[in-house]
Amino acid sequence: MELPLFRHNRPNRVVTFDEYREEGGFEALKKAFSGMSPNDVQQAVMDSGLRGRGGAGFSTGRKWSFVPRDLPGPRWLICNCDEMEPGTYKDRVLLEHNPYSLIEGMTLACYALGVRHAFIFIRKGYEKAAANLARGIEEAKKAGLLGEHILGSEHSIDLDLHLSAGRYICGEETALINALEGKRPNPRSKPPFPAVKGLWQGPTVVNNVETLANVPAIVANGAPWFKGLALNPEGAGSKLFCVSGSVKNRACVELPIGTTLGDIIDGACGGMRDGRKFKACIPGGASTQFLKPEHWTLPMDYETVAKAGSRLGSGGVIVFDEGHCLVEATLNLITFFARESCGWCTPCREGLPYVKEILTRIENGRGEEDDITILREHVKYLNYTFCALAPGAMAPLDGLLRDFEDEVREHITKKKCPFKG
Amino acid sequence: MIPETLKTSLKARVASALTPREAAVDVMKELQAHYGWLTDEAVEEAAALLGLSPLQVEELATFYEMIYRRPVGKKVIHVCDSISCWCADCDKIIQHLKDKLGVGLGGTTADGMFTLIPCCCMGMCGDSPAMSVGGVPYGKLTPELVDEILEMERNNR
Ligand SMILES: Cc1cc2nc3c(=O)[nH]c(=O)nc-3n(C[C@H](O)[C@H](O)[C@H](O)COP(=O)(O)O)c2cc1C
Ligand code: SF4
Ligand code: FES
Repeated sequence: MELPLFRHNRPNRVVTFDEYREEGGFEALKKAFSGMSPNDVQQAVMDSGLRGRGGAGFSTGRKWSFVPRDLPGPRWLICNCDEMEPGTYKDRVLLEHNPYSLIEGMTLACYALGVRHAFIFIRKGYEKAAANLARGIEEAKKAGLLGEHILGSEHSIDLDLHLSAGRYICGEETALINALEGKRPNPRSKPPFPAVKGLWQGPTVVNNVETLANVPAIVANGAPWFKGLALNPEGAGSKLFCVSGSVKNRACVELPIGTTLGDIIDGACGGMRDGRKFKACIPGGASTQFLKPEHWTLPMDYETVAKAGSRLGSGGVIVFDEGHCLVEATLNLITFFARESCGWCTPCREGLPYVKEILTRIENGRGEEDDITILREHVKYLNYTFCALAPGAMAPLDGLLRDFEDEVREHITKKKCPFKG
Repeated sequence: MIPETLKTSLKARVASALTPREAAVDVMKELQAHYGWLTDEAVEEAAALLGLSPLQVEELATFYEMIYRRPVGKKVIHVCDSISCWCADCDKIIQHLKDKLGVGLGGTTADGMFTLIPCCCMGMCGDSPAMSVGGVPYGKLTPELVDEILEMERNNR
């Protein structure tokens, strides 16, 4: 079956507006504007089982349903294209090949939610994606598919780009809202959740690029079609997996939800690089736990991956081989999180550098038995922070202590890293 | 002082935003492009354009990775040290850059051409190891390729 997201992609260039339209692009928008109420669109998304592709995997239809309909004043939609989660590059690949699915998806989402003005928040470094979007928005406006009186209707919708200046925490939805308002992007407290009080205190939906880019296909083909794309009954739709690390072809591929880990690595990526042996992988960006060889046949779907003790997350699969020291890999991840901590709350600001120090000590052969206990305490206590950055940081550490405790211990008893000569 | 043309275009950018503050990052970036880094003078100018206090601009300027509140070289090299690049041996690339440029992380070359700064995942994990030079992204780096890129970027001001 044809998968919705990469369907329009050309090998080495961006698809043109005309090509996209010839292949059925903007038909969903026409369908919605000619015969579906905003509620119908929202219901289709709800029934499709679409879950947020930004990391948390929350039901998109349910998120939309939290927006109060009866409050006066504007509501907002923000597309999250901050994509700074290490190992994640799917939104970039999608937008460098096709900005139109996102533009059409956002227009449909605005229609469903009663939003007049939406934003796309784009990270620094994604200038090519931003240029594609800027051009696409102009083309859509000219064709009467965006802007004033879309398709001659009474609905008007504007899309604006906000180009950021680089900082991982801006991807956290409440920090993103502050960033968009031009305030220092520390997260806000939840509740109130953005759906009730977000951008400029108005009801706000924040969705990932991939999430919103799925909406046109759902509206065009219906919820049952979308559900049927998945290989397992619990799942729905396709997923972009962007693979890096020790595989032969490091690629960003669209596969049905429920594709097994082994099929991603062996099938889509041509297997392991240089005959190396699979040791572990992080399935969904830096904030997820390790999966191991026993998970080779695990269907990659939100529920099953969660049951296996990790998270599907962003779909950024980072593959490690037998030659990789996972203490050092975890140290690299923690170093990232410590640097990106926004400094707002003490456990994260002080705790992450401390964890980094301990892991550095262990990696350099100066670790002590007690260190493992101290690390475990941090895994526990860094769950109580102001936002999800620190708990995310603890996920790979938790995984390391759960699945590779022997490797950690070996560093301590041998007083050196067993992977260094 | 910024030229009148830049001032006019920045004023237009601020006016087109739903609230002036929303344009803050754009204004800082433009001023940085003009001065080479976000100077104290630029902070004050941004504040005036945005209707903020210099302190409020400072709060923003110090938060973002790509806003420089200290002098930097003509081109800033951001070299990724996150996990996928680590898998692709970015440590070797970073060491090579340090040796080749004769600077440590955060340092600027004697000729004022390059400043070397480590950065977080650039979203180029499939092409790791990766870096950007003056905003231009480069992937699949090897020491030889790094030499070529530096040579090219040096001549191509
Ligand atoms: C530290 C941190 C960084 C995040 N970065 C991103 C990001 O870059 N892109 C993204 O879509 N979601 C990111 N998220 C998740 C968002 O907060 C939010 O849940 C998501 O954008 C919702 O969209 P979805 O429901 O479509 O997945 C991040 C969360 C945290 C805690
Ligand atoms: S957990 Fe970290 S990133 Fe989140 S608010 Fe606290 S200090 Fe900032
Ligand atoms: S980890 Fe270096 S580009 Fe993603």
